[in-house]
Amino acid sequence: MLQSILFALLLVAAFGLFAWQVRKIRANVLVGRDRDAGGHPAERLRKTILVAFGQQKMFKRLTPALLHLVVYVGFLVINIEVIEIVIDGLFGNLFGFHRSLQFLGPVYDGLMATNEVLAALVIVAVAAFWWRRNSKPPLKRFTGPELRLWPKLDANIILYVEVVLMVALFFMNTADLKLHQMRGEDLPGTFPISNLLVGLLPTGQGTLHVLERIGWWAHITGILLFLNYLPSSKHFHIILAFPNVWYSRLVPQGQFSNVESITHEVKAMMDPSYEVPAAPVGPDGSALAPTSFGAKDVDDLPWTNLLSAYSCTECGRCTSVCPANLTGKLLSPRKIIMDTRDRMEEKYNSPLIFRPNVYGAEAKHEPITDLANATLLRGKVTPEELWACTTCNACVESCPVNINPLESIIEMRRFLVLEESAAPNSLNVMFSNIENNGAPWAFSPSDRFNWADDLYVKGSTPVAAAV
Amino acid sequence: MLPETAPAPRQITVPVMADLAARNESPEILFWVGCAGAFDDRYKRVTRAFVRILDHVGTKYAVLGLEESCTGDPAKRAGNEFLFQMQAMQNITTMNGYGIKKIVTACPHCFNTIKNEYPALGGDYEVIHHSTYLQQLINEGKVGVTGGESFKGRRITFHDSCYLGRANNIYEAPRDVLAALDADLVEMKRSRANGLCCGAGGAQMWKEAEPGKKEINIERTEEALATLSGAAAALANLGGVETETTAPGPHDLQGSIIAVSCPFCMTMMSDGVKNKEQEGKVQVFDLAELVASAEGINA
Repeated sequence: MLQSILFALLLVAAFGLFAWQVRKIRANVLVGRDRDAGGHPAERLRKTILVAFGQQKMFKRLTPALLHLVVYVGFLVINIEVIEIVIDGLFGNLFGFHRSLQFLGPVYDGLMATNEVLAALVIVAVAAFWWRRNSKPPLKRFTGPELRLWPKLDANIILYVEVVLMVALFFMNTADLKLHQMRGEDLPGTFPISNLLVGLLPTGQGTLHVLERIGWWAHITGILLFLNYLPSSKHFHIILAFPNVWYSRLVPQGQFSNVESITHEVKAMMDPSYEVPAAPVGPDGSALAPTSFGAKDVDDLPWTNLLSAYSCTECGRCTSVCPANLTGKLLSPRKIIMDTRDRMEEKYNSPLIFRPNVYGAEAKHEPITDLANATLLRGKVTPEELWACTTCNACVESCPVNINPLESIIEMRRFLVLEESAAPNSLNVMFSNIENNGAPWAFSPSDRFNWADDLYVKGSTPVAAAV
Repeated sequence: MLPETAPAPRQITVPVMADLAARNESPEILFWVGCAGAFDDRYKRVTRAFVRILDHVGTKYAVLGLEESCTGDPAKRAGNEFLFQMQAMQNITTMNGYGIKKIVTACPHCFNTIKNEYPALGGDYEVIHHSTYLQQLINEGKVGVTGGESFKGRRITFHDSCYLGRANNIYEAPRDVLAALDADLVEMKRSRANGLCCGAGGAQMWKEAEPGKKEINIERTEEALATLSGAAAALANLGGVETETTAPGPHDLQGSIIAVSCPFCMTMMSDGVKNKEQEGKVQVFDLAELVASAEGINA
């Protein structure tokens, strides 16, 4: 009775706290600018099934893909057992039953066996993940100025918690199994790993019962704590990867967004009779202040980019293929995504833990003296990073959950150029060449057709003329 | 049967759209030359090779000539959306005025901009990159890639342009064109969707690179050279580290080719080859140049 009440309270508290945190994050994402990411449900569903559920893009790199697959499938399947734990926890003690899904019979046997095998594999995969991050030197993509301190600790906490959860599961099963063996009873389910471990536990029935309870409570409490850790962690990707892929862009990667307000201006310039649509009005009917061009802060970015910032698991595939980063430039697409998340939480709401990145001298930040007016641009992302981008789309292509760092980079470049006229000088020269000569180089427009002078073709009968 | 004799080189008068319109004619395709194709000395040779092919197969084509203006791509990638739209509207007005339906271009940046970004501004055209167009000509048998220079057995590696590849998912057309040359095609480790940028995209062509430890085009050229020479050890060392990729591999670099399909890649890879002092051995060619050479129509 007491256990049931305690469990019900724990469950309500955990889900309540989680909902409270999710609301904050939802509010953060919604400060972003409108972006029509609706429509085309069939195409979006297909992409979500392939990229999110099917992990299609993970398989560009086989080793981490297989390791990740183990943890992912483990997460999905072992969570079926969590349903049982919840039912047992709420009603099992009241009505004196245990392992409520046992009525599934052979399916239950299979489920328990699969769980145990997966749990063991998860421990192996997690150990490999830990080694890839913590060996000396670690994998290159797990290094970098944006991956020190909290992000580094966060990644390891996730791995440790996963091991603890799996160990608790084995503890629970092994103790339960041994208890039943001592009593000469048959425990429903098949437990291939726990069968190997029963010898490690003491033989006292009372002790075994206590151990089984400890394992049971540790497993479910761990899961509920972990659930509430997610919003503060890169591990939130296990939930947001799905909506992020669903809402990701469907157009070719080379297509950059059109700025409609500029289209109206240009059309009005070219055709004086063109009527610019009325400025949007707020809920009270008054005209809204015109938005700036491009992005200076997180609320200037499309909301989809803000959702992406919470879907990022900081794996660094983007940065590892970035030609600028590879050749030692300051730009790291992952940093821009992480900065976006930090900035949202700095400016708006933060979940339970908020430990924004602090960069050392290597990030070449201009000292921020005016904290109240700090913005994403310059406050966290420097123009030097933005101007190093070749817009090659390697980062976009590499992201397993379809995050588009390039879009944020271009939005911030737009702000620099259109609001601050702060492009590098050489680019200003290129702009004026286009304006004056219709070409990015300083050539005379009257020479544009010179290439066709004295052009001969050899060994060819003119087909058109022969007709 | 009369003995076949090669006709003498014949001068091409490139048809200009304004003249065609004056005669109430419309071309099958508009060849969008692009600024690099019109002004850059190296890429002008590509433009001329492509026009020879168009003429050779008897396509009814035209160019805008002096009426063409920058698509606005470098302005847009640099964040100058206003300048981009000014350029785009100007070009769209010109092309819509002529009722243009189908455009072929040898520049992936022009291709991407006109194909993907002009529709929102009122410019709807069928846009084809010249690699796809050349592939079609070869498939239809209009170009036999015979009669000229033989590429049989020569080592060629294709460098993917970002704006053709990742931006627009065109990976096979350029490779199919090269395959028709019967050459020895070798793939770089980073190719197709994993291709490494030459370093010139996103308006980098017009500015110095930010401070770093290596130029991107050097990284890419080293990869191309190591691939062509088969120097696997040198290839393994790449990743932002300056390497001795001219270390001899099993294959002599003499006569091998880096094939490109973009004017900016052409500049960057050519500079890279010069930087590595391999210009005596390795040449950088565009697909159109290779096809025109193989067809024996360069004059």
